[in-house]
Amino acid sequence: MRRRAWWLTAIGVLLTAVMLFPVYWMINVSLTKTANMRKSPPNLIPVDGTLAGYTVVLHQQLPYLGTSLLVGAGTVALTLVLAAPAGFSLAKLHPRGGGALSFVLLIAQMIPAIIMAMGFYVIYLRLGLLNSVWGLILADSTIAVPFGVLIFTAFMSRIPDELVQAATIDGAGPLRTFFAIIVPVSRNAVVTVSLFAFLWAWSDFLFANTLDGGGSMQPITLGIYSYIGNNNQQWNAIMATAVVASVPAAVLLVVAQRYVAAGVTAGAVKD
Amino acid sequence: MKTTTAERSRARSAARHRDGAAKPAPSRALRARLRRSSQWAAWGFIAPVLIYLVLFYAYPLYRNLDLSLRSYTVASFVSGDAPFAGLANYENVIKNPTFLPALLNTAIFTFVSIAFQFAIGLALAVFFYRTFRLSATLRALFLVPWLLPLLVSASTWSWMLNSDSGIVNSFLHALGIGQVDWLTSPSWSLAAVLIANIWIGIPFNLVIMYSGLQSISPDVLEAAAIDGAGGWQRFWRITFPLLRPVSAITLLLGFVYTLKVFDIIWIMTRGGPATSSTTLAIWSYQLGFGSLLPDFSSAAAVGNVLIIIAVVFALVYIRARNRLEST
Repeated sequence: MRRRAWWLTAIGVLLTAVMLFPVYWMINVSLTKTANMRKSPPNLIPVDGTLAGYTVVLHQQLPYLGTSLLVGAGTVALTLVLAAPAGFSLAKLHPRGGGALSFVLLIAQMIPAIIMAMGFYVIYLRLGLLNSVWGLILADSTIAVPFGVLIFTAFMSRIPDELVQAATIDGAGPLRTFFAIIVPVSRNAVVTVSLFAFLWAWSDFLFANTLDGGGSMQPITLGIYSYIGNNNQQWNAIMATAVVASVPAAVLLVVAQRYVAAGVTAGAVKD
Repeated sequence: MKTTTAERSRARSAARHRDGAAKPAPSRALRARLRRSSQWAAWGFIAPVLIYLVLFYAYPLYRNLDLSLRSYTVASFVSGDAPFAGLANYENVIKNPTFLPALLNTAIFTFVSIAFQFAIGLALAVFFYRTFRLSATLRALFLVPWLLPLLVSASTWSWMLNSDSGIVNSFLHALGIGQVDWLTSPSWSLAAVLIANIWIGIPFNLVIMYSGLQSISPDVLEAAAIDGAGGWQRFWRITFPLLRPVSAITLLLGFVYTLKVFDIIWIMTRGGPATSSTTLAIWSYQLGFGSLLPDFSSAAAVGNVLIIIAVVFALVYIRARNRLEST
């Protein structure tokens, strides 16, 4: 038994190494000198490495990173404000027609972003919202809000009804119940939804490129894209930017791993 | 534990006093009023999302439909009116020589992606379900590709699949296989974007199938093992059939997500060379945003064809889910 378990670990490590090879390669290329970039065969480890790529990031990409943080934070705030009350209502207040709303939210998640982008473009053109951070936050939130409502509903239906009833007996209205009872015990749901909303907004490229392509404040995805688009051969700078853009994902995985798995599963399997 | 009668009766009267004074048994009329007012509260909490859905989902979709039924040009954006064209845009789109390749590529891209993502994800879920040292840590690391921004993954794969300097071709060269022009040859470009997309989708399948495995009672498998069923037999006769509901949901979600894929293909090949890796989503973008002379009406029409396909499968998904809930 012991020996078999040891073999399983070895196979597991091997599989993980194969799976994560592209991530390793991204880091390796980000540290490779431009002169060695076309070397055949390529250096498998960054011997004779350089931090030139990261210097370029530091000089050129900081404003993009700032915008992405702002867009991510804005999307999280908007998503929470809209989704948490709706989730509470669907889980505990039994609104008539709630089932239909859940259905609409499910369908909403399946609409391709390219179609939303086209609609937003036409509307923003009229309203003068093109190339603005606020317009981008609004558009990015459409990825997260339906998911957020469904997650909050799933989490909040697990809160015991007695808790809500006790609050009602003590004379608390729905608003008071929501803020004093429901929100504090729904911390896990808040973390899960915030995490995904942030990650999706941070990673968004399609909305950024169509709605903010000419903006003065552009997110990091457009920063990388403009590098590639310029036919820039500085692959160490491109990959260094990619590494930096991956930092939030890495942080979230370390800090909030169980919430990630919970979010993936709750989004797909209703419990 | 022992309590005196006096203590008990004191506690009881205190409870009666508290409940009785604060809340007399509600009459039927009062209860009806409470229910009505709670309906108001229920909808009050939903109202923000409802308004949001109308303004930021329904309205853009309506504008999209409107676009597809008129002939919009750059000039119409300035003047604000475009002539009604009926279904002419849809007719033109279907007659366009790009339509068939795009439809075919979408079908291949979707089905091949899902088949591999699901098979690999399930195999890994079964593997990681056995407990061994580091199994939880390694499983968590498998999530990385799914969490990375798509643009990052796509750029990395672009460089890895580069014809002259990519690591994949160096590896193939070491094995004695000649250079493959992954991104620049029409016969390989679809395979290239498929490889990247399968890689990105494996973690999602792994996590969901793993949670499906967790819901299977170990007793069943133990009983089968006692009855002499081997590992292979246990999987195909017990685990796999029991996973069917979760599998159905995973496959259908995968389908709807894969139909939407844009970033990966656009970054790696832009749908090219020619139309060799153009899917409906890519074509729609090319028409609407890919050139200096945008053709929004055709782009919207292509997008709506995509919606119709997605909705048909979404309905299948919801039917499957409802059936699952009723069992």
